[in-house]
Amino acid sequence: MDDLNIEKVSEQYFDVLKEIGNIGAGNATTALSQLINAKVDMSVPQVKLLEFSKLGELMGGEEQIMAGIYLCVEGDISGSIMFLLEKGSAKHLVSKLMMGMESPGDDFGEMEMSALKEIGNIITGAYLNSLSTLTNLKIYPSVPDLTIDMAGAILSVPAIEFGTLGDKILLIQNQFFDDCQIDGYFILVPDLESYAKILSALGIM
Amino acid sequence: MSEVIKVGMADLKVCISPDSITTLGLGSCVGIAMRDPVTKVGGLAHVMLPDSTAIHNNSNIMKFADTGIAELVRLMEKAGANRSRLVAKIAGGAQMFAFQNKSDLVRVGDRNVEASKKKLAELKIPIIAEDTGNSYGRTVIFYPESGDFVIRAVGKEERVI
Repeated sequence: MDDLNIEKVSEQYFDVLKEIGNIGAGNATTALSQLINAKVDMSVPQVKLLEFSKLGELMGGEEQIMAGIYLCVEGDISGSIMFLLEKGSAKHLVSKLMMGMESPGDDFGEMEMSALKEIGNIITGAYLNSLSTLTNLKIYPSVPDLTIDMAGAILSVPAIEFGTLGDKILLIQNQFFDDCQIDGYFILVPDLESYAKILSALGIM
Repeated sequence: MSEVIKVGMADLKVCISPDSITTLGLGSCVGIAMRDPVTKVGGLAHVMLPDSTAIHNNSNIMKFADTGIAELVRLMEKAGANRSRLVAKIAGGAQMFAFQNKSDLVRVGDRNVEASKKKLAELKIPIIAEDTGNSYGRTVIFYPESGDFVIRAVGKEERVI
């Protein structure tokens, strides 16, 4: 198992992840739509395997301010999942959810942070549910934690976890639309053993 | 005209005055800036993990504090720096989320800082300033001419160490 390399794994894993991403994003979109009580559309998710140096570019530069929601995953597999939203999109969603009750200006108050955590919780929960259903594995997410900071700094957390395996990071890019475009990114970081478990649960290995 | 050289994640570069060198959005990673005050040769490494010997897939030596610092010193010497004159400043090593995985990746920021300090001590390179820890990301710019290490963070005033 020691020579199990992320780049090798991901070749097989790619389509599977794409499918999980599709179903997961579908579930997440429904959840989101119910949450903000509006019609939400989504585009086909894109699965990307990127070098660390390209990560920032994808999200509009390392200094782009993003909201990152991070959860640990336990159960049959272990690892973590992160959901990232551009700050403007985060503000937009929070404003929808709070129906104009949010504090004015650019910053996030305690209520907004809490609302954003809940959004992250629901979206990642929907995503993990589809993974769990598809693989028949038990997956339990932890309580979410949220930070708003530069994309590079937030991404260093999953990048470091991937860094123990290789020099690339695997992520799923989702776009949602209600009356404006919301760019969201999922990064699922299973540990090496869990990769094997997911693949074998799907009958690939 | 002077240029600003950009260092990515798990990357390192050498920089000679009047150019400056930067890395954007340091989170739990650590930025190690070094310079030779006489020849004005500088360098910056952006390391992600503390220890190359703890990991099987360690082909990218720039990723680790131990091998990354050694490599940066080697390249700086090649560019005209004298090891005995080198001084270092370090920044980063934040804990971006209040809790993180229960695995050995807990407090990786702190461990990156410790490993960087250990390696610099081993090479007898003094650390003359640092801005590490806490829970926010940092963008850093290093000027080999003056040795100024400028640190920017979201919602905070710019600092020079």
